[in-house]
Amino acid sequence: MFEHNDPNRIQLNSSGQLRHFLTTEGLSRELLTEILDTADSFVDMGAKQIKKMPLLRGRTVVNLFFEASTRTLSTFELAAKRLSADVLNLNISTSSTSKGETLKDTLMTLEAMHSDMFVVRHADSGAAHFIASQVTPHVAVINAGDGRHAHPTQAMLDMLTIRRHKGSFEPLTFAIVGDILHSRVARSQIHALRTLGAREIRVIAPKTLLPRHIEAMGVKVFTDMREGLKDVDVIMMLRLQKERMTSALLPSESEFYKLYGMTTEKLAYAHPEAVVMHPGPINRGVEIESAIADGPRSLILDQVTNGIAVRMAVMSMAMSGQVVEKQLQHPSAN
Amino acid sequence: MTSDNLSVDALLDSMGKQLKATLEQRQIENPLIVGIRTGGVWLAERLQQQLALQEPIGVLDISFYRDDFTQKGLNPSVQPSQLQSDTNGRHIILVDDVIMSGRTVRAALNELFDFGRPASVTLVTLLDLQRRELPVQADVVGATLVLGPNQVVKLSGPEPLELTIRQRT
Repeated sequence: MFEHNDPNRIQLNSSGQLRHFLTTEGLSRELLTEILDTADSFVDMGAKQIKKMPLLRGRTVVNLFFEASTRTLSTFELAAKRLSADVLNLNISTSSTSKGETLKDTLMTLEAMHSDMFVVRHADSGAAHFIASQVTPHVAVINAGDGRHAHPTQAMLDMLTIRRHKGSFEPLTFAIVGDILHSRVARSQIHALRTLGAREIRVIAPKTLLPRHIEAMGVKVFTDMREGLKDVDVIMMLRLQKERMTSALLPSESEFYKLYGMTTEKLAYAHPEAVVMHPGPINRGVEIESAIADGPRSLILDQVTNGIAVRMAVMSMAMSGQVVEKQLQHPSAN
Repeated sequence: MTSDNLSVDALLDSMGKQLKATLEQRQIENPLIVGIRTGGVWLAERLQQQLALQEPIGVLDISFYRDDFTQKGLNPSVQPSQLQSDTNGRHIILVDDVIMSGRTVRAALNELFDFGRPASVTLVTLLDLQRRELPVQADVVGATLVLGPNQVVKLSGPEPLELTIRQRT
């Protein structure tokens, strides 16, 4: 476990711009809105015949995945390539660590290859923050999920999807459903939603999958799904890790689906125009019914599209923050 | 030309006539007008009316195509570009408020080509400040203006469209 106190001391530059993206916690509403606005511009690049732009041309982005994730890796790789960066994908768990190389050695080696950005996924909370504190100043670090701590780009792609679909956050009630205890996504979503002014945030889960003192994050807790879904506008389902079934936190998949799976019957309790989201990949018949996942109220595929745009936005902004910081530090700067 | 006779309406009137003549000479019919945000968009809207073109104008925000990202970073107020039509094979009229170094036009051309391969691009600009750094020339120019080393010119709008020359702060 790494320490990750006061993230904004390290993730913002002296002008308040993003120079790493480690967590949504503590970021201002203005900065989160800037991420969403920038991402909006990238979503619209889909209209172009050539879906590529030169912003990170000549830069080297290294996807440092200490924990496997095909989907997140693919979207980060595509985002970097659409920005014209050179991309290196490294699965560290099967290379350096097995050879006894320390994390610091790995970072120094990659820096010596003149890398400009590390996208980090790690099973330990605070790993991205630790790496950001170790790298040379010109390298930007993006957190692609660390332990139970944060998954800020996933949260921001959810925010973008909601904003594009609903327009704003203030009048809406949100429900986050599933394994809150182990979910870095839920944590990042709650921080972002609170900062962006959501009217009400509810978490719905069995007691065994709820962190203690979760109310302190400013959410309302429900263990009964039907009660928790009453009149909500946006339902954010979480992915259930299969290993939770074997660790006695849950009785069985079918029992979980019966109580907390998103079904047409349960969706009827929500607002008539409520939408359903899921970070994917979905477990059909465990977290969500196929009729809903593939139905008109599902935003799951929009989330995937918007995920590339958000990752392009934070990569561009973090690199921009590094550039500006470098300018400010330069002796000839005004 | 000095600031005393920088009437945007008068310049636009002259530009519209020049542009019509240029299009006739090049035998261009049904062009698509594209403005570079922000000033170029205001001017493109006016030229579209003058030429009585029915198609909505296109809008380019060249922030992601600038060549000074490594010096200045990202423009925080970037907005999406919007081109209504497929630009493949289209005759484009590209409009900006000012041409100086030519770098903005270069960025705009790069972005334009990512939407498709146009048949031609005609460049229209309200002011030419010269000081070119790239070999880019406008086909239609409202006026040529020579500024002092510490002077800057700004187009405000959209209604009314006005030019002001100020000392750089």
